[in-house]
Amino acid sequence: MLKHALGRSQKWPPAWRDAMPAKHYDVVIVGAGGHGLATAYYLAKNHGIKNIAVLEKGYLGGGNTGRNTQVIRSNYFWPQSSAFFDRSLQLYEGLSKELNFNVMLSQRGILTLAHSHHELEGIRRWANAIRLNNIDSEIMTPEQIRELMPLINLDCRFPIRGGFIQRRGGIARHDAVAWAYARAASQHGVDIIQQCEVTGIDARAGRATGVQTSKGAISADKISIAVAGHTGVLAKMAGFRVPVTSMALQAMVSEPVKPCLDTVVLSPVIHAYVSQSDRGELVIGGGADIYNSYAQRGGIPLLEETVASVLELFPAFSRLRLMRQWAGIVDVTPDTTPIMGKTPVEKLYISGGWGTGGYKAIPAGGETMAYTIAEDRPHPLIEGFGLDRFQSGALIDEGAASGVAH
Amino acid sequence: MAKRQKNRLAEGGCIDRSKPLAFEFNGRKLQGFAGDTIASALLANGISTVSRSFKYHRPRGVFSAGVEESGGLLTVTSGNGDIPIVRSTLTALAEGKIIRSQNCFPSVNFDLGRSLDFSHRLWSTGFYNKTFKWPHWRWYEATIRRLAGLGKLASGEDNTGYFHHNLHCDVLIVGAGPAGLAAALSAANSGARVVLAEQEHEVGGSLLRQAAEIDGLEPDPWIAATLATLRQSGNVTVMTSSTVCGYYDHNVLTIADRSDAGVKRFWKVRTKQVVLATGAIEQPLVFCNNDRPGIMLAASAMAYVHRYGVRPCASMLVATNNDSAYAAAFSLHDHGVQIPAIVDVRENIAPALVQQADQRGIPIMPGSVIIDTAGFRRLSKARIGRLSKDAQTVLPASRWIRCSGIAMSGGFNPTLHLYSQAGGKLHYNVQLACFLTATCAQQVLVAGAANGRFLLPDALAESVQAGAQAAGNAGFECRPVAISTSVAGSYALQANRISPAGDTHRQWVDWLHDVTVADIEQAAQENFVSVEHMKRYTSAGMSVDQGKTSNLNALTLLAGLTDKPIEEVGTTTFRPQFMPLPMGVIAGQRRADFYQPARLLPAHDWHLAKDAVFEDYGAWRRPEYYAGNGKDRAEAIRAEVLSVRRNAGLFDGSPLGKIEVKGPDAGDFLNRIYVNNIQTLKTGHIRYGLMLNENGIIIDDGVCARLEDELYLLSTTAANADRIGGWLEEWHQCEWPHLELLISPVTSQWAVITIAGPDSRYILQSIDSDIDFSAESLPHMSLSTGVFAGVDARVQRVSFSGEMSFEISVAAKHGQTVIEHLLASSAHLKPVGIEAILVLRTEKGYLHVGADTDGTSNALDVGFAGIVAKKQTDFVGKRSLLRARDQSAERRQLVGIEAVDKHENLQAGAHFVTTDGAAQRSEGMVTSACYSPTLQRIIGLGMLEKGFARKGETVTVFDAGRTFSARITDPVFYDPAGERLHA
Amino acid sequence: MLQITCPYCGCRDETEYSFGGESHVSRPAPDAGDAEWSDYLFNRSNPRGIHYERWQHRFGCGRWFNIARDTVSHEIYATYEMGDARPDLPGKADN
Repeated sequence: MLKHALGRSQKWPPAWRDAMPAKHYDVVIVGAGGHGLATAYYLAKNHGIKNIAVLEKGYLGGGNTGRNTQVIRSNYFWPQSSAFFDRSLQLYEGLSKELNFNVMLSQRGILTLAHSHHELEGIRRWANAIRLNNIDSEIMTPEQIRELMPLINLDCRFPIRGGFIQRRGGIARHDAVAWAYARAASQHGVDIIQQCEVTGIDARAGRATGVQTSKGAISADKISIAVAGHTGVLAKMAGFRVPVTSMALQAMVSEPVKPCLDTVVLSPVIHAYVSQSDRGELVIGGGADIYNSYAQRGGIPLLEETVASVLELFPAFSRLRLMRQWAGIVDVTPDTTPIMGKTPVEKLYISGGWGTGGYKAIPAGGETMAYTIAEDRPHPLIEGFGLDRFQSGALIDEGAASGVAH
Repeated sequence: MAKRQKNRLAEGGCIDRSKPLAFEFNGRKLQGFAGDTIASALLANGISTVSRSFKYHRPRGVFSAGVEESGGLLTVTSGNGDIPIVRSTLTALAEGKIIRSQNCFPSVNFDLGRSLDFSHRLWSTGFYNKTFKWPHWRWYEATIRRLAGLGKLASGEDNTGYFHHNLHCDVLIVGAGPAGLAAALSAANSGARVVLAEQEHEVGGSLLRQAAEIDGLEPDPWIAATLATLRQSGNVTVMTSSTVCGYYDHNVLTIADRSDAGVKRFWKVRTKQVVLATGAIEQPLVFCNNDRPGIMLAASAMAYVHRYGVRPCASMLVATNNDSAYAAAFSLHDHGVQIPAIVDVRENIAPALVQQADQRGIPIMPGSVIIDTAGFRRLSKARIGRLSKDAQTVLPASRWIRCSGIAMSGGFNPTLHLYSQAGGKLHYNVQLACFLTATCAQQVLVAGAANGRFLLPDALAESVQAGAQAAGNAGFECRPVAISTSVAGSYALQANRISPAGDTHRQWVDWLHDVTVADIEQAAQENFVSVEHMKRYTSAGMSVDQGKTSNLNALTLLAGLTDKPIEEVGTTTFRPQFMPLPMGVIAGQRRADFYQPARLLPAHDWHLAKDAVFEDYGAWRRPEYYAGNGKDRAEAIRAEVLSVRRNAGLFDGSPLGKIEVKGPDAGDFLNRIYVNNIQTLKTGHIRYGLMLNENGIIIDDGVCARLEDELYLLSTTAANADRIGGWLEEWHQCEWPHLELLISPVTSQWAVITIAGPDSRYILQSIDSDIDFSAESLPHMSLSTGVFAGVDARVQRVSFSGEMSFEISVAAKHGQTVIEHLLASSAHLKPVGIEAILVLRTEKGYLHVGADTDGTSNALDVGFAGIVAKKQTDFVGKRSLLRARDQSAERRQLVGIEAVDKHENLQAGAHFVTTDGAAQRSEGMVTSACYSPTLQRIIGLGMLEKGFARKGETVTVFDAGRTFSARITDPVFYDPAGERLHA
Repeated sequence: MLQITCPYCGCRDETEYSFGGESHVSRPAPDAGDAEWSDYLFNRSNPRGIHYERWQHRFGCGRWFNIARDTVSHEIYATYEMGDARPDLPGKADN
């Protein structure tokens, strides 16, 4: 950094190489979002596979990786989910050093609110489950909550009776996560090919052999799909169906102001969550529009509902201006748990169904998928996340158990 | 005493010199006039530095006269707290406004933060990604956070009135400049309902800043005449101070209306057609130190002269790459601003312009660019260089010219944010060096400068057609009006906006985020060459203006750096809001009590008078307990429970969901819905039933009463009533439409009063009624109807407490009288709240769906295996229960629980744990728990792995870090034989 | 904000309606195998393009009906009653 500051003519090195597709790769990963890039990185680093391409229809990190509200947490109810998401959080904790790129992880805590005695019981159930999964969680009284965030309106329409906090939860800069993995993967020799849309998946005798793309055909020993909201579209190309619904999840930011909220706060009843970015903007997440959508646009009803919810919690924000509203296409599974692992097509792997929570899973998603692809069997942490669970009924229903969408 | 307005012209402009307004800026008492914006008043008073920049704390002045403002973002106090980031160029001045600079310490003229500017090379693009990693980001984060942010969150009470309105029209015209006015005349002429929305407080747009002749009139009279015509037409609504902020699906747009003081309105407009007459935003030139106070857009400088009667500076150098700035130069000159020179990128300049400049004695410097500026706090001079023939470099010779301001024009870029929001695609026009519309799926036309018609005659000609066409598309006759204009004009732009000489670290591209050419060069070197990558990496265009004056230059630079045509680089998609909008406006009246208004019981006032303590249960506000029943919450609940067990309690159960299903196939339908067999239910009888979703999961429970042969009444959990009503309709209409029946939700039509306890029959028998309450005629799970206390009533003998219990339903309006009548009839009858009922049902082991069950619990988990097995016919969810996983004995099953140590505080939310090696593993949880006054100990219900087989077992309970022992029991703690229930 | 035309009441905001997901999904007989049953329970076509879906005019007449809607542009190409077959939409490609 200093070198560049002092020397005038120094050129900055490229963060990643642009590559043209080769004819063949050991592994082709479809989708250069956080998950695809992290998978490539761990395949190269942990499994010694170097001949890898990551194909991206648009630009890397341009889908949900760059559209989410940056929340990272591992306060999950079921042990399978906890183990996986906490592995992810642990990797996040070391990520800036591992990748030599500051992703600005800010473990400022994530607080979940309860608005009735009944909900407080639910919060207790959830917080205990988390502790039993060896993850930090603390029940908080309304007074403690006020101390943590003086602007909160405890006496709102549904008065705040308490909550629980995971202090290790927080936020990290989303774009930086994608760039850091892209840079590190590229340094390991991974070909990142942008503006390369996959239009077909080739298979012979139930075994994947390659992909058709806007830049020509590419053959591959193994193929992995990591395309977030478009999982269903890619699965259809490969000839199988996945139980996902694509929806537009809305998010928005305010104008930047000086620090006024130091914690991520989430209310499952007053449907909103909000945090303040390091730049000073309030980053607000709402729900998803109720209907299937592949349009990355937000609508009015949810905008009004979400903003009203935020103001119910923080009336002091009423004069703060909302700057931008957008949406990301999320693929929601029936049990809100991702679909990871093998598919009905041999040598074709999938990581999708991330719903509203894929960002926080990027490091562990990449690490476990890399293992799964390299070993051709699911990593122990994701054994329960396979497609087969929908037939057996072995769902891992996080939403149902903890009463909140993940 | 306010100071003289030293830069105010003696005459001209749309201001009222007879109405002075006093205001304060950074403690200085100043004066402006009615009609001023805050920005024009500051300029009139000769204030050049108004704020500091976001990152480097550079001094900044007023930069524009519109929505694109980047310098004059100020904190304004005006009776509604201190509002940060106010756009001074759009905000009308008002008496007594207190205005402060933001982002500076200790003052705007001497800001310590400027040290960041002097060390700027340390803080180039991405610096935070490359640094602050050691030892950890959190060591630096707090400092960085404090430096960030524009201004402070508004303080004090918000006393703005926020209102939402709806509007339907045929044609919505956005922007009331010349194009919008012309389009409105045509659209109105056709008879369509037209809405014309203008974001400024007066209409006219660019006409307010230029000399022109339309239909033989000067701009001001033409605007007045046009407004009069529109108003007379009767079918046009003109809205001012109304910004169209969002363009959503299916031609729904939102308007933020600030036209009334103290009130902010949010309009949701549904329109058949939209005409975007949003004009164009002038683009800045990029040269070294192009951000000093005194440097502004040329058309804006002209606006200050014409519209506000203000000389922005004493002397202004004009710099341009097109003809439009000449009008500004001449106009400024004619109003007493000294113009030392016009610096024009182009070699060849139209002779007519040269002649006019000569007449005024203004030298033109063709083929030249500004390469640097100088000045302390404010601008004092600019250095001009001559371009090489290919315009790629600057020749060595250069000269300094003294000036106190610069009016610059890099040409115009159409304001197509709304078009982009609507899903429209843009394409780059090489000749005009700007983005124009390509395609959009929505019903939208674009006219005037927004469509690249930068000359007035072209804009007017196109707009009269567009207005007529929009009306035509909306189903009206297409009748364009005719407008004539004598103004000629030329544009003749040469695409160079970026000076090829000077230190790129000091050439600003995004004024708001302090992004310079060097930042974009660095991004390109680092391969952030996709437009989105460049934007996100440098943060160009991501500030509060969404890049209104920075996107185009950033894209142009990126194209040059990557050797691609701009067309290929592409552009980013614009999002709502076009202009940031206070969150209060979006929420409107959905605040406090109006945020999901509470549903009140028919006898709410009575409960209130009885000292009920209310709590929200879903949408309903219900008595949790009655304060008069004990000295605190726990004691009151205890007393209420005991009154039901010993004598009798009165419970208002009106929110209980009630749905009537009527018709010849009603029984058949309900038999497909309930797990339980409904076909064998006889008229006058009641059956408890469970409802599952198709995945076998319990979604609700309640009783089903057969009122008549073909009429059933279902009760649902209060919170689920609406959902279940909708769900039944879906099954009927979508899956079994051949079944003949009607579904009517009737919840709010009835008040439901439950009398429970051993004395309940005796109490009811004391009331005047033709209903026989005896055990023989009205056994448990049966019903009767008749007159009760003078009103028609239905009595169902059902119980959620385990005691003999009667549910009396009367018309909602009679609820309160019947309650009063009952209470007056017996001293043994006490009102009981919902918490007591929950204790009573826990003692009895009755299921509370949503507490004891969650989205993973199936019918078998709560002991319904026998009923499921016995039912021959299909029902919703049945097939899912046949999966091996659903039948597994390993599942969590409903159990009763009590702590081994009576004094242990067993609470809902605790988990059952088993020890797997070193780790504790949850094998279920306590789902309900309470102190049982009847049993005088804490009891609970829970879901436990293999629970049915574990009665009597001692298990370990985990709660918030501590563990204790508890015993698994039958879920029914009270009256397992049901003797009291059936009494 | 979607403007949906209820066949019985006319054009209204999306907030008056409930979304019921994909239409034309047929419910297997009770003796269906696990695979067929799980396909019915969970798998939907989820197209990027035309989606044949059902809506209820919840805060209006209460009737369910079908629409054919593009999931990218959100444009509604057809509205038809429950029980009617999918309409032909020539020229509107499923993408």
